[in-house]
Amino acid sequence: MRKLALLAGTIFIGLAHGASAETALKMWYHGAGNEVESKLINQIVADFNASQDDWSVSLESFPQGAYNDSVVAAALAGNLPDILDVDGPVMPNWAWAGYLQPLPIDESVIADFLPGPKGYWDGKLYSVGLWDAAVALVTRKSILEKYGIRTPTLDKPWTGAEFNEILAKLKASGDFEYPLDLGMAWTGEWYPYAFSPLLQSFGGDIVDRDTYASADGKLNGDAALAFGEWWQSLFKDGMTPGTSQDPADRDNGFNEGKYAIAWNGNWAATGMLKVYGDDLLFLPAPDFGSGPKIGAASWQFGVSSASKHPDGAAAFIEFALQDKYLAAFSDGIGLIPATPTAAAMTENYKEGGPLAVFFDLSKAQAVLRPVTPGYVVQAKVFEKAMADIANGADVADTLDAAVDEIDSDIEKNQGYGHQS
Amino acid sequence: MAALSPGNQGVRLAVRYLVLILIALIFIFPLLFMLMNSLKPTEQLLADTSSLRAFLPVGDLSLDNYVDAFKRAPVGTFVFNSVLVTGVTVIASLFICSLAAFSFVFLDWVGRGILLSIILATLIIPFETIAIPLLLIVSKLPWFGLNGLEIGWLNTYRVQIIPWIADGLTIFLFVQYFKDLPSELVEAARVEGASWWQVYRRVIMPLSGPVLATGAILKFLVMYNQYLWPLIVVQEESYRPVMVGLGYFFQLNVAWGEVMAYLSLITLPVLAFYLALQRAFIASIASTGVKG
Amino acid sequence: MASRLTTSNRAGWGFAIPGFALIAIFIVLPFFFAFGLSLTDQRLVSPNPTRYVGLDNYRELLDVTVITLEPQRDEAGELIRDEDGNLEYPKVRDITRSDDYPQYSGMREWFRWQSGQNAKVVIASDVVFMKALVNTLVFVMVVAPVQAGLALVLALLINQRIRGINIFRTIYFMPVVVSIVVVSLLWRFIYSGNDGLLNNLLDALTFGAWQPIDWLGNPSTALGSIMAMSIWQAVGFHMVIWLSGLQTISPTLYEAATIEGASGWQTFRYVTWPGLRNTAVLILIVITMQAFAVFAQINVMTSGGPLDSTQTLVFQAVVRGYGKQDISGGATISVILFLLVLSISLLQRWLTRDRR
Repeated sequence: MRKLALLAGTIFIGLAHGASAETALKMWYHGAGNEVESKLINQIVADFNASQDDWSVSLESFPQGAYNDSVVAAALAGNLPDILDVDGPVMPNWAWAGYLQPLPIDESVIADFLPGPKGYWDGKLYSVGLWDAAVALVTRKSILEKYGIRTPTLDKPWTGAEFNEILAKLKASGDFEYPLDLGMAWTGEWYPYAFSPLLQSFGGDIVDRDTYASADGKLNGDAALAFGEWWQSLFKDGMTPGTSQDPADRDNGFNEGKYAIAWNGNWAATGMLKVYGDDLLFLPAPDFGSGPKIGAASWQFGVSSASKHPDGAAAFIEFALQDKYLAAFSDGIGLIPATPTAAAMTENYKEGGPLAVFFDLSKAQAVLRPVTPGYVVQAKVFEKAMADIANGADVADTLDAAVDEIDSDIEKNQGYGHQS
Repeated sequence: MAALSPGNQGVRLAVRYLVLILIALIFIFPLLFMLMNSLKPTEQLLADTSSLRAFLPVGDLSLDNYVDAFKRAPVGTFVFNSVLVTGVTVIASLFICSLAAFSFVFLDWVGRGILLSIILATLIIPFETIAIPLLLIVSKLPWFGLNGLEIGWLNTYRVQIIPWIADGLTIFLFVQYFKDLPSELVEAARVEGASWWQVYRRVIMPLSGPVLATGAILKFLVMYNQYLWPLIVVQEESYRPVMVGLGYFFQLNVAWGEVMAYLSLITLPVLAFYLALQRAFIASIASTGVKG
Repeated sequence: MASRLTTSNRAGWGFAIPGFALIAIFIVLPFFFAFGLSLTDQRLVSPNPTRYVGLDNYRELLDVTVITLEPQRDEAGELIRDEDGNLEYPKVRDITRSDDYPQYSGMREWFRWQSGQNAKVVIASDVVFMKALVNTLVFVMVVAPVQAGLALVLALLINQRIRGINIFRTIYFMPVVVSIVVVSLLWRFIYSGNDGLLNNLLDALTFGAWQPIDWLGNPSTALGSIMAMSIWQAVGFHMVIWLSGLQTISPTLYEAATIEGASGWQTFRYVTWPGLRNTAVLILIVITMQAFAVFAQINVMTSGGPLDSTQTLVFQAVVRGYGKQDISGGATISVILFLLVLSISLLQRWLTRDRR
């Protein structure tokens, strides 16, 4: 209710100011239902509106699960707002389709940002995020000690073989329901975000990033086949829960001691810290041959093509990029602040903070998901392939089918605007 | 029957009740599950799901989940929107569809057969498959409101109501029912000089209690559970209905307790509507008994 | 029939036109729109101009062909057998991905059977669609009769005049009141593989002999589990429709049957069932339509998996049209579904036609 009052307040202020020649700007955000996030974003909007007399931003929040569909529907119906919130890997799709226009802000503002939160498409900046997200292997010091497992470092991560041995050892101990939790219950973007870096570490990829014209040889090449076989073995050997994992187990299984290691994001870290405190460890991804990799990019802000006031929209986005807001979001929902100066201001990411390791992980290992308008489709194809292989489908056939589908989609979209 | 002794009758009755109760157990559990779990903290709820404890009011019970649900989302707004949209649509639908069905069954006119066939064919079209074309249509439709001519129906109540008023199923429901009504009633009324409108209003409608109730329930359920359509035509929170509001509760670490509280809250209006209708429904049957 | 009708073009059109106009604008028009889309390469999100592609979308979905695989032989011409003595065949992917057979490019194995020493393999250009088609038909063929039958049994049961019957009627209707999305969420807990309520219940009933089944995670049980839940959820609704049919049968007919000493079955056969004729047609059609449109359960519970065992047509139409931004492909599935159901209902009408 407080949120509604605040929202009503914002709109009311907007109206009242409207009389004094302020230009109204609409903004959409994906955080409806998340109290902390709503409070933070409302604070930024309120501060911005109070800070100047030219623009007045009003906010409309959507439940995250429905946000992308809402935006696409609104775009089709010609009803986009001025400022849009966009998930990093989806941005090229919206930019290519003409939902977004290049972001007119001075790039010196984001000079010291992490690479993940900066959204470039076709050589132009379209979106900027206040934070990044990162994934790590989460486990407990006490587990590693008990089973005599080496603690990996950024410089010397576990190798693939080492990782497999560790899982086998933990499995053999019988102390856990599963040695590893990959989070198969989180269907959707989690699959490509969390699992395609593992494929990249094997040397494959979702699509050929040199041309973005085909997935052939990348998603079904030898490296990808090796990855696929390994992936399937995790499920066949009972190393990790499969696609029918209960979502509640994903949320709480590690904290209840059912799983020894979890492949999980920094946004879940605060909850785990509450349970395990100092015993908790965040470890870099294993290196399967082509270096350890994790996914990058999270939600970002951009200006819609429908906006008649890109300067006002950009002014708001620039305003939101202040370190104090980056830090506030990080403290509120555990995300990685986009700049080192903001990181220093936070509880978790300051020097020696419990999650500081994520900042380094993000800097050292993060790889963007394929920067192409076709990613939206490729992500869905990849997700289905991962689920099917986990459920025992033939690896080569499944990856071939995925390649065929991706290639035919690229062809139908006339190359998605990549210059070949 | 007469040959049965009173004792035997008692046994038969007991068996009947036993069967009824056993079946009832199979059907009641989702509501019990929802209500009981809405009173429990999420951790306890999850621990209880694997046993019959999930259906019992045991453990740490409180109304906290309800309080939190109201904090998380404007539940009142969502329920109000859904009830308003549903109520208006149901009433309009019963009127428009019964009128059309009346015309199809009792009147003979050029084009009757072909129109009815088209309407019945639309039964086969799943809404999901026409949602996007329909979105493009309603975004261009004009409306004459208080502010004069407007183009586009997005972010209104009417966009959630008007496209749903007429549908093949409701018309078909009435058609099948009207076919069973004795046609002498209509003929007699016409002989006495009643207009068609009077026949519809004073002869047929009073006999239509059961089908009106069935049609109302059917439409109510469809409308109250709308998700995809409001999702794509409504971008403002103030017009959002309950099922879209459900999305507010699916954050990271789903608070299942709150989800159950929200579900219980939004199910109440449906239950109330059904109970109210059931009374009217039975009353109408008792007073008619029309078929021969 | 004709005798009861009175010719009146003005009143007839006047009464029917509001309903018909609304249906024409909001259902028929968008459907024609969708049909038009199915003949183009329109994407949901794209700056590219739309092109007319004729029946390409249909061909991509429906292309099916049979290839014959001969068992592999070694250099001496002997048949190669694996450890279990089974014949070995060349891999299908070596054919479909080979430049020697451009006509099979992009196709995948759907299923195969043995014909002598050769294997006949059915390959389809869209195996997922084919599986969705089969699953949808199975769903309809199981759910429609079972649900209609159970609903009738419940309606007869609930049509007794005994004290408290209204309470039972209300309870039987409960699952209908709760939306299918919500019901699907709840049943996910019940069907859970390790520690779900259903497994625990069966375990208790068999005194521990029960091996837990991952109901939704196993390709052989997933569709069945979803069908069972769907029947359970909607049976109360059809019970109410049966009931409204039952309650309009005149009590005097039953009295007459009792006087003539008719048995329970005879009463049902000669009094009840004839009185339910129009209701039966209604229910059969309604259930069939609803079963063909199955979507929400799949979306919430399995997303079509595991291994496509729960793919359905509407789910695929949505996945393609929205998720994969292939709006023309999604529209094509809807048109195929429409034509399929239309032919089935014409057949149904012909079979249940009045033979008098």
